[in-house]
Amino acid sequence: MTRALSGEDVARRINEAHPDTAIHNNDTDVWIRPAAILEVSEFLNSDPDLNFSFLNAVTAVDYVEYFELVYHLVSMQNNTSVVIKSKVFGREELSAPSVISVWQGADLQEREIWDLMGIHFEGHPNMKRVLLWEGFPGHPLRKDFLE
Amino acid sequence: MAVKTEPVTINLGPQHPSTHGVFRLRVKFDGEVVLDVEPVFGYLHRGTEKLAESRTYVQIVTLTDRLDYTASMSNNLSYVLAVEKLAGIEAPERAQYIRVICAELARISSHLMATGFLLNDLGAFATPLMYCFRERERILDLFEMLCGARITVSYMRPGGVLQDPPDDFWPALTRINDDLPQYFDELESLITGNEIVLARTRDVGTISAEHAINASISGPILRATGVQWDVRRADPYEIYDRLDFDIPIGAVGDTFDRYLVRIQEMRESVKIIRQCIEQTPDGPYRADAPWFIRAPEGDAYAAVEGPKGELGFYMVSDGDISPYRCKIRAPSFINLTALTDMLVGWKMGDLITIFGSLDVVLGEVDR
Repeated sequence: MTRALSGEDVARRINEAHPDTAIHNNDTDVWIRPAAILEVSEFLNSDPDLNFSFLNAVTAVDYVEYFELVYHLVSMQNNTSVVIKSKVFGREELSAPSVISVWQGADLQEREIWDLMGIHFEGHPNMKRVLLWEGFPGHPLRKDFLE
Repeated sequence: MAVKTEPVTINLGPQHPSTHGVFRLRVKFDGEVVLDVEPVFGYLHRGTEKLAESRTYVQIVTLTDRLDYTASMSNNLSYVLAVEKLAGIEAPERAQYIRVICAELARISSHLMATGFLLNDLGAFATPLMYCFRERERILDLFEMLCGARITVSYMRPGGVLQDPPDDFWPALTRINDDLPQYFDELESLITGNEIVLARTRDVGTISAEHAINASISGPILRATGVQWDVRRADPYEIYDRLDFDIPIGAVGDTFDRYLVRIQEMRESVKIIRQCIEQTPDGPYRADAPWFIRAPEGDAYAAVEGPKGELGFYMVSDGDISPYRCKIRAPSFINLTALTDMLVGWKMGDLITIFGSLDVVLGEVDR
């Protein structure tokens, strides 16, 4: 059984390595500051105890007041998982750091988020739309998108 | 004397028999050698995730059929597991067994298509494909007995399955399941030792285990590199923890390993189905779940080992009768991440086989 690490434990470890980056947690999830996504990702990937080398999925949810980025991480060696979330506030010209330098698997998924949700990932070498064509008006998975 | 050549950019697809759908590759060639590849897709984008936000939980089952249309049962299963986790519904044991049987049949049917089309891409035009389709046809007949549909089955429901299998389903399933191993022997005697197949697939399109993990690749492509990671074993869902089966892995992660892992997985699926036939208990086939499910506020992620890799649904509920957000972790889409790295440096003919060995279904890539 893949064991979900306790959010409190992971948040404590993240804060020990990078003070004041994990701001909130519950049983299974940890919320981090959007500006710290890249450094926390590097830590989770390289820390020998946590060893989260597999980025399972990246997605974004539009909660209208804010967007939430959701990272599902898996450690194949330890058979553990954790969910890292980050709230991005605002509606216009949103951006977040890209984790492609840590996990190549973020490549297409970050492009998909930009395409459908409109969150720009800084540091991504090829931040283009992936499912829709260039010039498509708006980002259709946003809750306020109207045809 | 070396001939001086200029790089040429060629569009492969979107209408091309080897792209298994509408998929375009912008390939830069130097002579016949691939210099750079840019995959272009989205031609089949139907906005499944957006459509799901305005449908009830039961209606969305029909949308999931249309993702990976070669294994719609696996999509059904992944989706209903996510809804059950989100809404706290538990399916009766009989339903869980039936769903596992369906998912494994779907795996065999999908792997047969992958193998057939790989041979097609190698130039063995249509004959091996017809061998594969012959047995796949019988599996689709079983699905027809269950629900009347062959491809877009919509057989599973949150809390169970649509209806109990008819009485003549079980003998038909046993017959097909007993026939399959001999059929795999026949298929392997034609392909596995074939000199041309070996020359064209061995050490072609190799990807290392570290690279595959870093690129979030899952399923047979990951296992072909030697990583023994299978969601059915790592995080057992349904009744997989009661079943005895092996997880085949490859040695070097080349095209041939990917083919061989799929063949061996089909043999394991036959073993799983045989155990399920013996163990399936009597009882209800569906839990008493309401037609309009109102899941409590929150989120849930559930994944299954689909034929292409880890197929997961991340669902967010705000307490309404339709999900607030329904994200699909589509394995075909994510497995394309390392496509460029796998293709650069190979020749045009190898490009077709390497892409074919990834077993990508465009319904799932574009969603």
